[in-house]
Amino acid sequence: MYSFDIRKADSVAAAAALIAQTGGRALAGGQSLIAAMKLRLAQPGTLVDLAGLTELQGIRRDGNALVIGAMTRHAEVAAAADVKAAIPALAALAEGIGDRQVRNMGTLGGSLANNDPAACYPAGVLGLGATVHTNRRTIAADDFFKGLYETALGDGELITQVSFPVPTKAAYVKFAQPASRFALVGVFVAQTGGGVRVAVTGAGPSVFRAKALEDALARTFTADAAKAVRIPATGLNSDLHGSAEYRAHLIPVLAARAVAALA
Amino acid sequence: MSIPLSLSVNGKAVTADVDERTLLVEFLRHDLALTGTHVGCDTAQCGACTVLVDGRAIKSCNVLAAQVAGAKITTIEGLAGADGTLHPMQAAFKECHGLQCGFCTPGMVLGALDLVAHHPHADERTIREALEGNFCRCTGYQNIVKAVQTGAAAMAK
Repeated sequence: MYSFDIRKADSVAAAAALIAQTGGRALAGGQSLIAAMKLRLAQPGTLVDLAGLTELQGIRRDGNALVIGAMTRHAEVAAAADVKAAIPALAALAEGIGDRQVRNMGTLGGSLANNDPAACYPAGVLGLGATVHTNRRTIAADDFFKGLYETALGDGELITQVSFPVPTKAAYVKFAQPASRFALVGVFVAQTGGGVRVAVTGAGPSVFRAKALEDALARTFTADAAKAVRIPATGLNSDLHGSAEYRAHLIPVLAARAVAALA
Repeated sequence: MSIPLSLSVNGKAVTADVDERTLLVEFLRHDLALTGTHVGCDTAQCGACTVLVDGRAIKSCNVLAAQVAGAKITTIEGLAGADGTLHPMQAAFKECHGLQCGFCTPGMVLGALDLVAHHPHADERTIREALEGNFCRCTGYQNIVKAVQTGAAAMAK
């Protein structure tokens, strides 16, 4: 690790000011960031530790939405009665991230800000059409994920909470890469007030919506309808774990499994 | 550069000045000489470095010491009684032959304690899922699962 300075702030506003002033980086649970720093893939001069900021904690039901603080850990989301009752697919998604130790440190906001192409949370946020709240504005999920490790967040902009509209029903099915437990491909299917939404992670440079699957499932919400869809491999990820064609094939297969789980 | 750090380790208050880069596992092993916490992969995969932070199992090779300032840390050295009596989970690993080379054992035991705190009567599948982040390269998983079940039952008494 290169040397760095680590600071704490007593409010989100103060943390954002510190980041702006130092050109530093926010530290959430650090489960990706610390690993990247150890590999010298990341070398922030200053880390601003967000742990302990109570404004960023907690899970609450707000009308027809579930609002989760950015620093809420995966293990807390997975175990929360409010999440299990309102959006069980989100609790199950959180329960499937990494392993127990990672879920005990990793946070919702950290995962979204990092936007790893194979992370699970982006699929849940995009699939449910959630709204990302920051210290400056609100950003619709459709506008948040911009590309490989890239989001709509500006310099010094911090995610404060995420508001998930409660869907009619939803399911997430992940084909896990067995060593890392990241998604080789993960598909989140939701029936919402605004129609069917299908978000795919692990397959492309960033999470994306599969319009062909959404259209097919809007016509007939069956596993067979999902399975009949063909997704082109163009632009999808290809690596030693699976070719682009393999990932393209997995997308409708997993979407069908998600739909079957909802039957 | 260094930062002041105060935390509790195995029930004892600890204060030290550490380099910002110090990982929790380095602090435990080098500064406090608590070498029961092992470094296996050093990439947050194998779980040999698992310790409890305020009761939650975490991988101490992927957490900065500065991140756990003020927290209560439990390492494998903090489990046995003052007279050397093993914690029921440690005793169960011994009884069930839940270890061969023993390298992964501290992480397995602490991971198991986090599991039991949440699922006191976990079935085999739950135990296997809960220990996904702990690798045993002797592949002694059968007896590890048995040990966790035995340890959990002993703790419930």
